[in-house]
Amino acid sequence: MTDYAIQQVVNALSAGSLYALMAVGLAMVFGILRLINFAHGDLMMIAAYVAVFCLGAGLPLLVSLPIIVGATVVVGLLMERVAYRPIRGSPDVAVLLSSFAVGQILQNGTLLTTRLAGMPQLVAFPSPDLLNGVVTIGAFTVPKVNVASFVAGIVLLGLLSLFVTRSTLGLSMRAAAEDISAARLVGININRVVATAFAIGSALAAVAGLLYSVQAGQVNPYMGFTPVLKAFIAAVIGGFGSIAGAVLGGYVLGILEVLVTSLAGIGDLLPPGSVSPEVRSFLQEWLPSGLASWRDAIVFVVLILVLLVRPQGILGRRSQAHE
Amino acid sequence: MAPRSRVGGDRLRRAAGPGVVILAVSAGLALLEASGQAFWQGLAINLAIFMMLTLALNLTSGFTGVFSLGQIGFMALGAYGSAILTLSLQNKAAYLPDLPGWLAGIHLDQEASGIPTGFLIATIVAALAVAAVAWVVGRVLMRLSGHFVAVATLGFLVIVRVVLFNADTFTRGSRTFTNVAPYTNLWWAWLWLLAVIYVVWRLKRSAYGREMFVQRDDRLAAQAIGIRVMDPRLLAFVIGAFFSSVAGSLYAHFITSFSPSVFYFDLTFRVITMLVIGGMGSVSGSIVGAILIVGLTEALRRVEDATLLYGLSQIVLAVIFIVVITVRREGLLGQREIPLDRLFARRSTTAAAPDQSR
Repeated sequence: MTDYAIQQVVNALSAGSLYALMAVGLAMVFGILRLINFAHGDLMMIAAYVAVFCLGAGLPLLVSLPIIVGATVVVGLLMERVAYRPIRGSPDVAVLLSSFAVGQILQNGTLLTTRLAGMPQLVAFPSPDLLNGVVTIGAFTVPKVNVASFVAGIVLLGLLSLFVTRSTLGLSMRAAAEDISAARLVGININRVVATAFAIGSALAAVAGLLYSVQAGQVNPYMGFTPVLKAFIAAVIGGFGSIAGAVLGGYVLGILEVLVTSLAGIGDLLPPGSVSPEVRSFLQEWLPSGLASWRDAIVFVVLILVLLVRPQGILGRRSQAHE
Repeated sequence: MAPRSRVGGDRLRRAAGPGVVILAVSAGLALLEASGQAFWQGLAINLAIFMMLTLALNLTSGFTGVFSLGQIGFMALGAYGSAILTLSLQNKAAYLPDLPGWLAGIHLDQEASGIPTGFLIATIVAALAVAAVAWVVGRVLMRLSGHFVAVATLGFLVIVRVVLFNADTFTRGSRTFTNVAPYTNLWWAWLWLLAVIYVVWRLKRSAYGREMFVQRDDRLAAQAIGIRVMDPRLLAFVIGAFFSSVAGSLYAHFITSFSPSVFYFDLTFRVITMLVIGGMGSVSGSIVGAILIVGLTEALRRVEDATLLYGLSQIVLAVIFIVVITVRREGLLGQREIPLDRLFARRSTTAAAPDQSR
């Protein structure tokens, strides 16, 4: 039972890291431009496909990684330049809708390209050996990729926090998120700041995409949709626009999801004699094993509750959700 | 000329334009039906359903500025609602054996002199139930604004999808729901469409409609003159959900077998494209937008079939969408209307009644 609990904790932290990596990209862009970039999930998908090509061609992970990240950053920057810069300052919803359109273009573009290349719609992911298999720590085993996700999350988010607190560009980015016109007045180049936010967000999404594909074992052109929704929920829970909030929200969401899936059917899982029959039947009734398939609905109910009760999130300051 | 008869004459003249168009469309539909061209008939039904969806979304979002991405969720509920209600007892026992007793006994498959009255009742009952759901959801979500409401309603869409997939007692879960009676024909679709156009049009010109537009354009000013922002938003949301549900029922009885995955993001985005291209806030714009996009999609589908470049049509639609948002954000018609009611009006009367022409 303890093993089960520890494994679930590792699962929660690993899922949380992926959500945090994705949510940070959303939050940085949102903080500056008030743009919810739903095409962010498709950057993850692009990274996954580049990874399929690189790793499938037999390149080692350390060579592939810069190519994957680089290609994703290029796509992210292009997206900003072509689709979002011309409509900067448009109403929120107009920009949100065009991010859906950008997503459609990326998804169907990938579908077209891979079909022309003779690939099926669902591609098995050629996981690198480094991330395959499990590690045994003491009495319990966890998949290597979960440990890698957790470590990657901590390291990259740590680097990001150094960047936004120590470097001039990082400080300009935070200044622009605070007040974009004041930042412009003190001579901050907004285009450069926005491009940086997109580049960093894309790089983090690329790493998340690689790790996510290893966990999922397969890639398809529509794989980015659910993760970006989850990342969005994470960002809202933490406090939208705040980088620290996005990280916190990512882990909260990861823990919440793993709680739902691991508590589902817990009444049957508990070893005999460990709980009284009343408790067991209570658990069986209220946490049936079928609960796991309701996970996404539960998570969205939480999102709506957060939006209503505390729209500024855990770390946010002021409310912009209500009218 | 006495003033009274003059007013009566104006009314007649104003009704003449739409009347002529309705007659012309009816004649066209009758010809289409007589021709027996199944493909074009299907396309016309499809078009009517998309026009209804676009008009409903226009009411919910275009009129009020509260952008809902959950509309297709209401459509899905309407589709499943009337499909379950109209299923014959025999089919119910075979396909949905675990339905609760109160629902298992209902079978709205009656016909009165060849007209499936059961279908009409089922469509309305389902739509009323969906409107009730929308009222509850709207009470909660209409308090949000901007992209927050967009994302919360997207959450509603995801929740509906999860519910449909998991409530397999009612929906057969991820398995295809089949054996839906093929009641929807040209006349059902286009008569419902006429009803939707009429209601949305009248709403736009009514006090309720003006409240919707005012609170959208300037919330503070609206509140200052005593408009409660919540009420017009909720009204638009509930009526929009009702019509989306009707569109869903028509779709269900047209396509006759479907699964929850149909009602998801692709469809949502397609309807949004029709709305934005036509012009948010314009009734005629929604009709034009739907015609353009349905036509374009059909043409592109043929290109896709010929070239095997699947995905091309979505790319083209998305590019058009971005270009419209960038270059002409208000869409083709903006908030204006094609003035059908002035088609036969005398110059002097239109000038004398400026408050009638917005």
